[in-house]
Amino acid sequence: MAKRSAPEVNAGSMADIAFLLLIFFLVTTTIPKDSGINRKLPPMEENEEDVIIKQKNIFTVLLNGKDQLLVEDEIMEVKKLRAAAVRFLDNNGDGSCDYCKGAKDASSSDNPDKAIISLKNERETSYGVYITVQNELVAAYNELRNRRALELGPAKGFRDMSFVEMQKNYRDAKFVGNKGNLKEVIDQIKIEFPQKLSEVQ
Amino acid sequence: MSKFNKKKSGDLPPVNTASLPDIVFMLLFFFMVVTVMREDELKIANILPVADQVEKLDKKNPVSYIYAGKPSRGYEKFGTEARLQLNDKFAEVKDIAAFVNAERASLREELIPFLTIALKVDKEANMGIVGDIKQELRKVNALKINYTTGKGSALDNMNR
Repeated sequence: MAKRSAPEVNAGSMADIAFLLLIFFLVTTTIPKDSGINRKLPPMEENEEDVIIKQKNIFTVLLNGKDQLLVEDEIMEVKKLRAAAVRFLDNNGDGSCDYCKGAKDASSSDNPDKAIISLKNERETSYGVYITVQNELVAAYNELRNRRALELGPAKGFRDMSFVEMQKNYRDAKFVGNKGNLKEVIDQIKIEFPQKLSEVQ
Repeated sequence: MSKFNKKKSGDLPPVNTASLPDIVFMLLFFFMVVTVMREDELKIANILPVADQVEKLDKKNPVSYIYAGKPSRGYEKFGTEARLQLNDKFAEVKDIAAFVNAERASLREELIPFLTIALKVDKEANMGIVGDIKQELRKVNALKINYTTGKGSALDNMNR
């Protein structure tokens, strides 16, 4: 029998396959985005006046050169720092803070507005440990703010939304809901639990 | 004898190349999508610490990067202590002011107050250099900073 040439492969659908793959990769690939802990440095002031702050309103956290953590002059494990900071901030010593649930210990902070966390480190402290401590302190604030958000949220129509989620939703362009109300809640919580974290140079 | 001449030989038919552009475009798009533009070439070790209370770095606002860490392999002549890197060069702490001013000069005027300085510091580095950087940033009034970290449990930084 005579040899027959093979029929040509139909390549018409090749473009479809290519597009299918292209769209698959477009959808599944994410571009990594940087994230981290935002901080604001205190401005340089020429004439620094010493503000007198009561010792009991300052929560001193010291990281020494051997990466040991000293909280209020006592050695503490990093794991316990978050709870200790929450206890300090939420203490409500003078009873003026009606949303606090603290122990009302007279020897600890007066109210969250007056409570200041002072973080001090030495030159030899390693950066990794410093970030861990920063992270734990931010976590302490977030814990209190989340608790407050769950209390305030339902009245404004944001049920079961923590403070962190509120902030995320506020920045999210796709969020459906009243952003004006959301901003109000966020701002109120920020006033109620202000992040007062001072770093000693 | 046309009957026998018609099908001349057993030559293979040519490969159809009509879809070749599609394949090339597919590859092109794939690489376009997955490629991340590297801001700077790193000359230092830069393993970031991890944290879990992180916020995303807002790319809508301008960001400038300051790197610090000990010189990586091939750059041992710069010592074993943590060094600073600005753009593609090793730098001294005193160069930060000039760097920030140069970054500001390249921005539109209304964006200047929103300039964030992202500190990408190796977790092995010590706080001395970070403190120096912060002090220098305060001098030029660049107060918005971000400690860039990876994501993970912060307690992992402790066990080195």
